[in-house]
Amino acid sequence: MKQSKWKSIPFLLPSLLGMVVLSLLPIAIAIVLSFTDWNGLDKLNLTTIRNEFVGFKNYISILGSAEFWQVLGHTVYYIVLYLPLAMLASMGIALLLNKGRKGTAFFRVIYYIPVLTSWVAASLIWKWVLSSKYGIINNLLALVGITGPAWLSSPVWAMPGIVLASVWKDMGFYGLFLLSGLTAINTTYYEAAKVDGAGKLTMFFKITLPLVTPTLFFCLIMSLINAFQLFPQVQIMTEGGPNGATRVVVERIYTYGFSYFKMGFASAYSWLLFLIIFILTLVQFKLQNGWVHYES
Amino acid sequence: MKRGFVILLITAMMLGLVACGNNDTTNTSQNTQNTAGTTDTTENTGKTDSSTTDTEEPVTITYCNFNASGGNEATLASMYEAFHAEYPNITVEIETVAYSDYFTLMQTRVAGGTAPDCYELNIENFASYAAKGVIADLSASDTSKFNTTALSAFNVGGTQYGLPGNFSNVVLFFNKDLFDQAGVSYPDSSWTWEDVQAASEAIKALGDDYYGIYAPITYNEFFKVAAQFGGSLLNSDKTAFTINSAENIAAAQMMVDRILVSNIQPTSEQMGGMGDWDLFESGRLGMIPTGIWAFNTFTDACDFAWDICVEPGQTQKATHFFSNALVVNASSEKKDAAITWITWLASSDESAQLRIAAGWDLPAINNQDVLNGYLAITPPENRQAVFDSLNYLVVPPIIEDYSMMSDIITDKLSAAATGTMTVQEALDAAQSECEAQITLQ
Repeated sequence: MKQSKWKSIPFLLPSLLGMVVLSLLPIAIAIVLSFTDWNGLDKLNLTTIRNEFVGFKNYISILGSAEFWQVLGHTVYYIVLYLPLAMLASMGIALLLNKGRKGTAFFRVIYYIPVLTSWVAASLIWKWVLSSKYGIINNLLALVGITGPAWLSSPVWAMPGIVLASVWKDMGFYGLFLLSGLTAINTTYYEAAKVDGAGKLTMFFKITLPLVTPTLFFCLIMSLINAFQLFPQVQIMTEGGPNGATRVVVERIYTYGFSYFKMGFASAYSWLLFLIIFILTLVQFKLQNGWVHYES
Repeated sequence: MKRGFVILLITAMMLGLVACGNNDTTNTSQNTQNTAGTTDTTENTGKTDSSTTDTEEPVTITYCNFNASGGNEATLASMYEAFHAEYPNITVEIETVAYSDYFTLMQTRVAGGTAPDCYELNIENFASYAAKGVIADLSASDTSKFNTTALSAFNVGGTQYGLPGNFSNVVLFFNKDLFDQAGVSYPDSSWTWEDVQAASEAIKALGDDYYGIYAPITYNEFFKVAAQFGGSLLNSDKTAFTINSAENIAAAQMMVDRILVSNIQPTSEQMGGMGDWDLFESGRLGMIPTGIWAFNTFTDACDFAWDICVEPGQTQKATHFFSNALVVNASSEKKDAAITWITWLASSDESAQLRIAAGWDLPAINNQDVLNGYLAITPPENRQAVFDSLNYLVVPPIIEDYSMMSDIITDKLSAAATGTMTVQEALDAAQSECEAQITLQ
């Protein structure tokens, strides 16, 4: 067993090197930068770091600013709307595609296409879908006598609009994971349940759902982490507007780092975001014992 | 799924966060054409004797730009061919990068000590780069062929840090057919904003979906309109903000009232996701103050007659000027060759002619003979207005924290435009926020 571990090293090395050089090292440097006033243009070396060292100043001013709590609030609002919708939609897709009906393979591809689409293209399409005057959603609503909201130009409806676009784009991705979770369930459970006279609903709640919880848990955490990194769709669809209603944490990190030349401040913002996600993920791990069923 | 596998995957995802936080920054919404530029019509820096040109040894320099991306790469290449024929000893390796990636890339290269010998900067970044000492003093370069107003845009505290690589300005475009239908005479350079208001109301009366004018409620538009009302965002020596002055409030009030009171300009709901150029092209908009880079697009897309004139003013005229700076890396060891190249690129007759022929902005030069070629092209018939506008150029208030000031002001103006704040409250808030967050030199 030990021998086979060492044998795997050459195969791991290319990815491992990439991760260390392109991810771990920048992450480590970002911690150091978060304690400095580095402007992102001065040559980065030990002297610069020593001269620009400010201790916890960046963290204190971020946490003391109303802006941080505001953008965090916007991000959390997005997550609260996005997570349940994304999980429900993905589960729905997974269940539909799991039936072995005619044309399933075709629909698997169809649902996965949005995942492969770039956010730039998807956002531009959704800007039109959500257009208050010319968009398909409001025109469909008008058919049944409902006046649709102004979506992206309304401070109240802009974020739900972005959530709709994000759910559409991501459901195929999580759907695929859930589908693999569903297909991995041993059919003998269902056969046994049938013999005992269980109905479809009972089988879903007593067999399918419990056995797919590890995958669901994985999807939930992944989507939470992704949701906190919300940025490209916001940047293209609303640019943080209207009236800053869709301004989110990562947009601030980008703006401080690359537009205002406050790279130290931006690094501190990044690390605060990391800590928030880390803590929330830990909480989810603690809570999983209550609802996630591992087979072994 | 096994518990260990789940933990491993999630840890990898989380670690990715800090490292990848900035890699998905496709800033497509930004205008890829230009950035606000400037100038005061003061004196020429007047340095004519150059010590730059005669490079005996063959030298290779690197030049990075964004302005040629998306259609003008070939023009830039032919400019370089002409340059290389004249200066066979200087080889320039040209790198053209898309606007959306350009500034992130350049910032990283400058910090990493691998910046090109010379490169292009927009105005937002120019002031920051100059203040941080990463670009070279170009005072020794030959500036005799430049338009002095354009040149002064990149002069910081008496030091020439950049040469204007190109320029564009803003004029008032109008739909002649709509003016005919409304029975209003065409705008001309004598108009004030009151004339525009009256004409807009007549055009608005043509139908529910018709509007008189569209001028975005943004920082860029505001600093110019403020100047037309005699206001400014900073005091004359740039030591204090004057954002909420009476003149500025009058200017912003006029911009906001067009939307909220007379509705001669559509609200964002009425726009329904449409762009301002699209609205003009649809034939439902009377007037739009916008850049001369719209000429080709409007020529192709408009099936109605249109023309231009110098933008109206209020107590005085003020027109926008857009330009990008060509700069030299302060730590380059080949500064002379780099200066020779960017000076030639920005101000030589050959380069200017190629630029005009390609319809790629205007060269910021003072040779009227070369510029005359530009006037011959129609529409618009009144192309002379492009040059007439140069008499009223307004300087954007260049400070080190330019982007932050511009974001704060745009934010507050948007709040006023949607009616969540009064104009007075919005400009008061912008003033106090700028004072709190930005330290002026």
